[in-house]
Amino acid sequence: MMGALLRRLGQTVFVLFGISALVFMVFFATPGADPTARIAGRNASAQVMEKVRREYGFDRSLPVQYATMMKKLFITRDLASYVDRGELVVPEIARAAPVTASLVCGAAVIWVVASIIMGTLAAAMKDTWVDRGLMMLGLVGISMPVFWLGQVTNLVTQSRYHDTWLFSWVPGLGYVPFGESPLGWFRALVIPWIVLAVMFIGIYSRVLRADLVALSGEDFMRTARAKGLSPVRILLWHGVRMSMITFVSLFGLDFAQLVGGGALLTEVVFGLPGVGHLTYQALNNLDLPVIMACVMYSAVFVVIANAVVDVIHVFLDPRMRDAR
Amino acid sequence: MPGSRMSPDAMSGNGSARAPLLEVRDLCVSFPSAGRMIPIVEHVSFTLEEREILGLVGESGSGKSVTAMALMGLIDRPGVRITGSALFRGQELVGLAPRELRRLRGGQIAMIFQDPMTAFTPVYTIGWQIDEQIRAHERISRRQARARTVRLLGEMGVPDPVRTAGCYPHQLSGGLRQRAMIAMALSCNPVLLIADEPTTALDVTVQAQILELVRALRGRHGSSVLLITHDMGVVAETCDSTLVLYSGRVAETGPTGALFARPGHPYTAALLDSIPPLDGPRPERLPTIAGVPPAPLERPVGCAFGPRCRYVHERCRPAPPPLVPVGPGQAAACVLPTEGRPLPPRCPSPSTPQQGPA
Amino acid sequence: MNADSSRMTQGTAVPLMEVRDLRKAYRLSRGQMLRAVDGVSLSVMPGEVLGLVGESGCGKSTLGRCLLRLMDVSSGRILFEGRDITSLNERAMRPLRQRMQMVFQDSYASLNPRRRIGDLLAEPLRVHPDADGHRRSAATITARLHELMELVSLPRAALERYAHEFSGGQRQRINIARALALSPRLVVADEPVSALDVSVQAQIVNLFVDLQARLGLTYVFVAHDLAVVRQISTRVAVMYLGAVVELGETDSVLHHPAHPYTAALTAAVPRPIVGGMRAIPLRGDIPSPVARPSGCRFHTRCPYAQDRCRVDEPVLRPVRQGHEVACHFPLDGSA
Repeated sequence: MMGALLRRLGQTVFVLFGISALVFMVFFATPGADPTARIAGRNASAQVMEKVRREYGFDRSLPVQYATMMKKLFITRDLASYVDRGELVVPEIARAAPVTASLVCGAAVIWVVASIIMGTLAAAMKDTWVDRGLMMLGLVGISMPVFWLGQVTNLVTQSRYHDTWLFSWVPGLGYVPFGESPLGWFRALVIPWIVLAVMFIGIYSRVLRADLVALSGEDFMRTARAKGLSPVRILLWHGVRMSMITFVSLFGLDFAQLVGGGALLTEVVFGLPGVGHLTYQALNNLDLPVIMACVMYSAVFVVIANAVVDVIHVFLDPRMRDAR
Repeated sequence: MPGSRMSPDAMSGNGSARAPLLEVRDLCVSFPSAGRMIPIVEHVSFTLEEREILGLVGESGSGKSVTAMALMGLIDRPGVRITGSALFRGQELVGLAPRELRRLRGGQIAMIFQDPMTAFTPVYTIGWQIDEQIRAHERISRRQARARTVRLLGEMGVPDPVRTAGCYPHQLSGGLRQRAMIAMALSCNPVLLIADEPTTALDVTVQAQILELVRALRGRHGSSVLLITHDMGVVAETCDSTLVLYSGRVAETGPTGALFARPGHPYTAALLDSIPPLDGPRPERLPTIAGVPPAPLERPVGCAFGPRCRYVHERCRPAPPPLVPVGPGQAAACVLPTEGRPLPPRCPSPSTPQQGPA
Repeated sequence: MNADSSRMTQGTAVPLMEVRDLRKAYRLSRGQMLRAVDGVSLSVMPGEVLGLVGESGCGKSTLGRCLLRLMDVSSGRILFEGRDITSLNERAMRPLRQRMQMVFQDSYASLNPRRRIGDLLAEPLRVHPDADGHRRSAATITARLHELMELVSLPRAALERYAHEFSGGQRQRINIARALALSPRLVVADEPVSALDVSVQAQIVNLFVDLQARLGLTYVFVAHDLAVVRQISTRVAVMYLGAVVELGETDSVLHHPAHPYTAALTAAVPRPIVGGMRAIPLRGDIPSPVARPSGCRFHTRCPYAQDRCRVDEPVLRPVRQGHEVACHFPLDGSA
């Protein structure tokens, strides 16, 4: 157990190193992206350029620069933005993280519940109009881009029908911390939740249905029927239970990349100051420290999520317990 | 406890004029494919008496498994058509409401399958899965169910049944899994056990143990067994009577001893001859059956075995020959006996291949 | 070479293939070792058929693959035509591969479904140069393909078709044709008939026998079905948990087994005879090859096991002419 933990930790460090080095290299190897010129502003004199260069350490060798940045990011945590002078990166992320987490967790609950219901129902009613209808709906959900759907809902709930009884409760764009007002938090997020979840409901319900249909041909499903169990019990206790093994792997990765900033478009459309939003701004400004911090943050989540998925797998699938 | 094995209607079933436990008449199963119905099983009839072990033998594609699945209502292909009749203790199984059928399945009729590795759901313990079946049919507590599970596992020769009940399927060997499978099948005291290739996935020394167990079932549990297999050796050692299927139709049926000693159908005889002998002198070449069984859509109008049969002649071609008696309780779907030239008996040892009538 | 002489073992000849103390182990997690092949020494004489029998997990398939260097071995030596091939790299093996071929159990999986049979069979002929080191011409290849079809009794038209258009037995004929394309000396067949129906199985067994007589081939025939192995083999090696426990002339081993395991194995095969003697089945299951029993590997299931068997591992030693057994208390063989 200890060995597995250490191994996982080593992997994490390795992944983080790889990703950070890659981002760093890309940043410095990209032509026309000299951070000195960017920070010093247009038409800066040679003296100013030199001053900026020294101040930010751009005159040192790349490995030293890299090491300095990592030290400032992880140890002293006083890495500052290149663009907004003096703005510390780590607290910035710490402020953005709860927003993203609120958005993604809420959406995840919706998409998991909805897709399990839809997928199971479709598999149970295979080849009927219910099945076809649900899967069509899923396809529609997958094909609607999230930024478009977000803009349309904004249009409908914020301006066109905002004054009707139906949408008068919708607050303006932005985020309300949970600690400030739980109800306000919920109101501000419920529409982004749904918008973000739509595509995942589509994907997950279709995957689950396909998985359940494939499982129905398995020997153990035949055994379950030969035992005289009811169709509902067979589907839920044997079919869905087995499908959860693949479902969880899929979910872990999607969830992690969203928490790590993958919900960027949703955040931008709904004006939520989350990690994705932050990444978006940093990329616009080519603000290396912020990009670096965001990427590292995201990578940490993906690695953690992988570890969590593995642990859940061990719970869901006894075969994994003996395999390790 | 053993006294309570026989449910009340089993008693009455025994009492009423010794009707067979299962009487199948003219069972036909066809699957739709590309707009037409493909006949898989055609006009299969047989009876299974109380405490009898009946072997259903045939090669792949002969329809032996489909026959059993149809009886159990386990074919879930959309559009499948099952006709004919299957009376189980006087109750018609063909067309029975799913709810009624479900009550029989796992209760009075139980089934065990070929591959015990894949036949258990991998994420639940063996004990949990047996408990589940018991509790699906009887209103008893979890604890009572587990007690019965452990007792059954013990009776099936599983060492340390309490611990084994707590094991997941992948933690057990093939032989133990098949014993657990049989324990599960027997958990609700079925009167009929359908075993579909129960030993095919097992090693030969383990197979011997499982066959011993199946043979012992009728004594200990009073069960009848429908044993589906492709292995003539398994049939010879286990079954009271045998039904040979070829290409979805009955080729021959009769008491196992008679059928092996004096096969009435050229297919049965050729099948027995083509098995390499383990004892006696070794033949230079194995007698073979030319060709392969026809695909369901390519079955000839006449005898399905005709194209591979060395005795084939004009009378075989117009229609499938009906079953004709060739001995006490033995019948073959062949025209040879009606023409007064039945196949000669096989030698007691299968090692000297029979040449048949000239 | 006619059937009789090809089936005879030449006592003085150089073995075509020989393995000495061959071991193949897999490292599992938690430092466990799965010893699939655990110290096997045997030789295959030119023109003989060596049957490898045993139950699942006995290592017979692994041994078959190791012989052809389809997998690397952990230790021991493999000699082909007297030459040590244990550590030859793939490049050095390539010319030898023409002389040793394999036929697998799953006739479908070993044929590419998207290519015509003719293409599949021609491929080795195009890749490998002929005996004089020249590339084969298209005409030579076509002629060879026709010859192969005739050898395995398939119509020439089969060359134009795809694997899925054939039955299991026909596909196995195609696999045999492919193995024979380069005129190998040694063919290792791994359960080549166990997926087939009995009536088709007999045809393929006969084909193996015919081809051996006609082409003077040497087979290593891996199978779990004793009756099939008996039909085809000159000698039989019985394996249990990675080791050969008995080795000798086919009928000597199968009819007069000296090892209690062989005796139990042959007795357990259901005979298609009604009212025959039924053997008392062996107790228990085959132990896991990860936790092999100490001493004699069979002692946990052996009805005759004594104290010595639990500690002292028996080695193969002769009991009769051309018959060796690894047992401290061999049966007298009257069974």
